[in-house]
Amino acid sequence: MPEAVRHQSAVPRLAHHFDTLDQQTEATTLGMWVFLATEVLFFGGLFTVYTVYRWWYPAAFAAASHELDITLGTINTAVLITSSLTMALAVHAAQLGERRTLLLFLAATMLLGGVFLGIKSVEYYHKFVEHHVPGPSFQFEQEHLRHAQIFFSLYFMMTGLHALHMVIGFLIMLVMFGWAWTGTITKDYYSPIEISGLYWHFVDIVWIFLFPLLYLIGRHAH
Amino acid sequence: MATSTVLIPPRHYLNDGYGISSWLLTRDHKRIALLYLAAVTLFFFVGGAMAVLIRIDLATPPGDLVTDETYNKLFTMHGVMMVFFFLIPAIPTVLGNFLVPIMIGAKDLAFPKLNLLSWYIYIVGGLFTLYALVSGGVDTGWTFYTPFSTVASTTNVIPTALGIFVTGFSSILTGLNFIVTIHRMRAPGMTWFRMPLFLWSTYATSLINVLGTPVIAITVLLVAAERIFHFGFFDPRVGGDPVLFQHLFWFYSHPAVYIMVLPAMGVVSELVAAGCRKPVFGYPFVAFASLGIAVLGFLVWGHHMFVAGESVYSALIFSILSFLVAIPSAVKVFNWTATMYKGAVSWETPMLYAYGFIGLFTIGGLTGLFLAAVAVDVHVTDTYFVIAHFHYIMVGGTIMGYLGGLHYWWPKISGRLYNEALAKISAGIIFIGFNLTFFPQFVLGYLGMPRRYHAYPPDFQVLNVLSSAGASILGVGYLIPMAYLMWSLRYGRLAGSNPWGAVGLEWTTTSPPPTENFAETPLVTWEAYDYHAPSETNVA
Repeated sequence: MPEAVRHQSAVPRLAHHFDTLDQQTEATTLGMWVFLATEVLFFGGLFTVYTVYRWWYPAAFAAASHELDITLGTINTAVLITSSLTMALAVHAAQLGERRTLLLFLAATMLLGGVFLGIKSVEYYHKFVEHHVPGPSFQFEQEHLRHAQIFFSLYFMMTGLHALHMVIGFLIMLVMFGWAWTGTITKDYYSPIEISGLYWHFVDIVWIFLFPLLYLIGRHAH
Repeated sequence: MATSTVLIPPRHYLNDGYGISSWLLTRDHKRIALLYLAAVTLFFFVGGAMAVLIRIDLATPPGDLVTDETYNKLFTMHGVMMVFFFLIPAIPTVLGNFLVPIMIGAKDLAFPKLNLLSWYIYIVGGLFTLYALVSGGVDTGWTFYTPFSTVASTTNVIPTALGIFVTGFSSILTGLNFIVTIHRMRAPGMTWFRMPLFLWSTYATSLINVLGTPVIAITVLLVAAERIFHFGFFDPRVGGDPVLFQHLFWFYSHPAVYIMVLPAMGVVSELVAAGCRKPVFGYPFVAFASLGIAVLGFLVWGHHMFVAGESVYSALIFSILSFLVAIPSAVKVFNWTATMYKGAVSWETPMLYAYGFIGLFTIGGLTGLFLAAVAVDVHVTDTYFVIAHFHYIMVGGTIMGYLGGLHYWWPKISGRLYNEALAKISAGIIFIGFNLTFFPQFVLGYLGMPRRYHAYPPDFQVLNVLSSAGASILGVGYLIPMAYLMWSLRYGRLAGSNPWGAVGLEWTTTSPPPTENFAETPLVTWEAYDYHAPSETNVA
């Protein structure tokens, strides 16, 4: 970058190709919303597959759904919703420029995300022990042996991709924590926290759909 | 033509830093465009080499050059390379990257680092796919239909699928970057309806990239999971439905056709306006036709499954919706033609490609209507008729638009002029070679020759030999521009800032432009294509 251009950016954190910080913030926020639109279509493909097979095989899906641990699922739902609250509070703290509060809520968000992933791992372990992982060693009551495999394929794919998004979110929060720690995030420059928050809330919302679809619907029909 | 005293500007994006890292770590959208130019050209010639082998093999009825298995891998890799690594990225990443910020008077795209990252993602995806190719290839066809791709094929499905998955993120991020840039980075006075039509079509393409690509990403991921972990999504043994795969696949891959052709349409709008020295006739209609094609494109995927057990009612609806795409497409063709009417019509190279595009796209589009009609489609499904149809759109449309745009903006990109006589000759060679290659395939398909077959009855040989002969002419036609464009980089005459006497912000800055594109942010006070009456301009 030529010196002359670099010196135009008198405002800290303003990239050379933007005119104002507002323009930069609007661009990054719009960018995240567009990315989330992509994510909706990404999970949308999976939800389509789920819808088709649930429509075709309601009995098998109800039976397979019954095998999921509703207690752990409910706890995890509560954990995630709480993490959305701490995330929202972190954004609020960033807007007010309260560095210590921001660090506290970012840490809480990461902690809750970690708890979620831990509980999810326990659930996966149980499914593995119970031979509910699709494939040659899959075991299930004979009546639903075939179709239940589709349910568990979807279960692992949907919750697995969701967990992957949680891991990515955790890493983003780690970076945000670092930036908040070093003072990069200020009252005038908090859009990284804001758009990371958008991502975090999106991942939570995906779970809000996954939980009823996989754990709850058809549970009493069995 | 340009004034007599043309000087190369002392400071421009090409001499702003030398050495390998000034390119590989650049955030300048213009340099990233050139990185893409190198990469897409490589993949184009890899995919082209496969096409050459296919056509040589089909010169004789038994297919004497390669074995059946190799033939399957050749057409698969030809399709994968051309679709995912050339046709989809070519115009947006090369011309789009170079032009989008300049055309709106911005210094760069909204996210320069993300732009560079997109290039690296594209390269990683390409390397995965090249690895799949050199380590044995893949034989499923570029469509990866299940259950063949998940349980039967023993070839490199997974590395190829991963390559496509990874490259998809490059498309998504490029599309995201363009959308945000066009929304948020326009110079003062550059309203939506003052934007060049190339930007409208780029915007429409970006919408498809952002909304369609994630669906193919999840689809290939499901195929990979079914192959690796024996999950059941499409496997009939556990009650899965292979046709569901086709729905998901074409939900992206039909709109992908519009990802390929919409940018070329945008290029042609620019070429026609500059070549006729007139504003594009019916600007808002052409602009909204791009968005219309993008939206309708998402609603027609079912026409790929007319023979796959789709219900008759679905087929009827998808048929009608497919016919509707003809309306915005025809709006564009009619408006380009109306622009030429009483224009100072030029015969320079970019305009030759525009003529080629309009004619060939019209043939490709009209034969698309044959395929949208259920009864005709049943007759020609999976025949060479389909091959000819989509090559008229993709090669006759997209590649003509790409080459036309490359020639039109080459003086801006490089600062130098290419050899016009050679360029005209090669444009002619490409046009003749293209038609000789693909027109016989319409006839072959209608007579019943199936696609993807390695051998055919001797009755079909004459038409196949014609097609193979055309392909060799076409191959030569593609090599000549490589040569004279490279030559022009060093020896070409200096272009000056506006060699075509065209309007548009890109022609107001130097050739090559400075790194920050404009000495100061332009203030736009004129409408798009602000050409005066033909007599008033200095027509070359």
